[in-house]
Amino acid sequence: MALVILTPFVGFLINGLRYKKHSANLAGTIATIAVGISFICSIILVADLISLPEETRKIAVSFFDWMAIDKLKVSAGFVIDQISAIMILVITGVGTLIHLFSIGYMHHDKGAAKYFSYLNLFIFNMLLLVLGDNLLVMFVGWEGVGLCSYLLIGFWFTDKEKAAAGMKAFVTNRIGDAAFLLGMFVLFLTFGTLNFAELNALAPTTVEASWLGAATLGTLFLFIGATGKSAQIPLYVWLPDAMAGPTPVSALIHAATMVTAGVYMIVRLNPMFMAAPNTMMVIAIIGAATAVFAATIGITQNDIKKVLAYSTVSQLGYMFLACGVGAFGAAMFHLMTHAFFKALMFLGSGSVIHAMHEEQDIRKMGGLKKYLPITHLTFFLGWLAIIGMPPFAGFFSKDEILAYAFNSPLGSPVLWAMGAIGATLTAFYMTRLMALTFWGKSRVPSDIHPHESPALMLIPLIVLGVLSVIGGWIGIPHVIGEYLGHIPNVWEHWLHPLIKPIPGFHHLDAVTEFTLMGISVTLAAISAAVAYHFYVRSPETPNRVAEKIKPIYNVVYHKYFVDEGYFAFIINPLVNISRNTWYYVDVNFIDKMTYLAGDLVRGMGSFARSIQTGNMQQYAMYIGIGVVVALSFVIMR
Amino acid sequence: MNTDFINNIGLTHYLVLAALLFVMGMAGVLLRRNVIVLLMSVELMLNSVNLTFVAFSKYLGLIDGHIMVFFVMTIAAAEAAVGLALAVSIFKRFNEVNIRFFEHLKG
Repeated sequence: MALVILTPFVGFLINGLRYKKHSANLAGTIATIAVGISFICSIILVADLISLPEETRKIAVSFFDWMAIDKLKVSAGFVIDQISAIMILVITGVGTLIHLFSIGYMHHDKGAAKYFSYLNLFIFNMLLLVLGDNLLVMFVGWEGVGLCSYLLIGFWFTDKEKAAAGMKAFVTNRIGDAAFLLGMFVLFLTFGTLNFAELNALAPTTVEASWLGAATLGTLFLFIGATGKSAQIPLYVWLPDAMAGPTPVSALIHAATMVTAGVYMIVRLNPMFMAAPNTMMVIAIIGAATAVFAATIGITQNDIKKVLAYSTVSQLGYMFLACGVGAFGAAMFHLMTHAFFKALMFLGSGSVIHAMHEEQDIRKMGGLKKYLPITHLTFFLGWLAIIGMPPFAGFFSKDEILAYAFNSPLGSPVLWAMGAIGATLTAFYMTRLMALTFWGKSRVPSDIHPHESPALMLIPLIVLGVLSVIGGWIGIPHVIGEYLGHIPNVWEHWLHPLIKPIPGFHHLDAVTEFTLMGISVTLAAISAAVAYHFYVRSPETPNRVAEKIKPIYNVVYHKYFVDEGYFAFIINPLVNISRNTWYYVDVNFIDKMTYLAGDLVRGMGSFARSIQTGNMQQYAMYIGIGVVVALSFVIMR
Repeated sequence: MNTDFINNIGLTHYLVLAALLFVMGMAGVLLRRNVIVLLMSVELMLNSVNLTFVAFSKYLGLIDGHIMVFFVMTIAAAEAAVGLALAVSIFKRFNEVNIRFFEHLKG
């Protein structure tokens, strides 16, 4: 297991030490091999895990005792069980593909070695995050990926805007992290341990009705931490801006790994969250709201990566919706399928951007299908997956979430409806993206000649494309499985031991479940068809519609002015308060006080210096005066 | 010549005289520049103290004051020897015995 974690770190060291070298090929090879070894070790480990009997399916290692202060005993312990097994396979597997893609993508960059060392460090921290067997080790990785995302998003830091995007990601994540810490404190104070297994064993078995109960408060804080990392309302603003980084970074951070950390953490602690229905309600509402909200913004964006970014925010909303209604298995399932098709689409967009010579505006694309056949084909598969067409990966995971949202005692038809609306919107804006980029008439400026990317970049695309198609088949719902000849739901069976069942949950009858699936698929198909008609058949219609509903369109186009709102109501007042405090308290008061103290001592010193003349008779006089004063004091008394 | 007042000399007179001598000596120490005069002034102060010692000794009928005077005189003689030696060597070096010379020794 040490090998899994340490090889990316070694790769980071090697490339970090030779960061001034310019050879992208060598650096990329080293980094890719490092992650590749990690991936192979992960497979071996997971194979070991599968060979264990189901009751004791867990590989735990404790490298050393990290700290032992009073009651707080933390060891650098790592654990592979059913949940983290999935995560390490996704992280190292998709990570390897993204590394491979990066070699081609970063070929011309001068800081390639530095880039690859960051990438390795990121993988290392992400593995810490998912393998740690207690909250503190997780927090180390949690902070580590925050740092790496800052480094990678702001990788082209000479561009002020990109550097600012990096800082935004960093600061927003810090806000969430503060809440994460608070949650950790609450849980430790109440349960006296940070170990996941122990926490889950100690979680209250009865539901906690109050808002201020230990489990509710602790999980709420942890959830706020998760909203930071996983880009949910209200802390999602960093993710779209984070698209400033190199595109493979977007794929790695914003599709497969870091943003899913929040979902992973909640699934990891699911018995604790299950004990706090209030937290669950909040998570479900925030998740559903984010899914719809981000999807509406996605419709109006013109930057290919921003569309994908809002789509990621929206898809993460689905995962939280699943967590919120208690369908942790479905959340993990969607996490995995999403990692496949979103990484695919990000890499595909990277391929497009590469072909278009750094052009990211989809209004200047169109008709690229002809020039980029393989990119188009893989992107097409990703598109089918994300809009939830059967039998592509996204269909199974999304419809499982929607079914749970409808059916679970913690869910409600309203949540289901929001999810369905989100799915409809997703189908619309993803089709729009496809149409504007690959289909229709070409709007490419005449001085750009798009060309297909090199093989190094296409191989990951093809692999991910295949995964996007078949990735969902390991979690085929019972109803469909029955019809197709009793295909078992491998996924549910696999996660079963670690997921707390939802109390009072009854499986839907087949008719309702098929109806729900039918509704969401039909809605998605109709909306995709409408989008196709809009953007391919009659490209003028969207503009006319936008004109007609201009006020609404403008609000959505400007992302509901959330960023502006944050600036007006939170950031600017804070900056002003800080500046005033600095000016009035620090400069005018504290500085003056310290200067005064300094002046006083120096004045006294120069006075004392003037006494010391070396004139002996003066000294004698001082002695004489002193004696007279002392004597007169004695006499007067 | 009326010698009555000699018999009437009491402790007070000695003390007043000693005080006068001490103040004169101190004034010399503080005001004069010549090292030799300075030393003489110091002797004057010491002697005024000696005078008070003897006066108190006689008045109280104790021998202690006399003994103390011998000590003071011994130390004063030693001090004068050292002081004069310094004065002589300063004079040889600088051709004057002005106390201002010591200002060069300040830090």
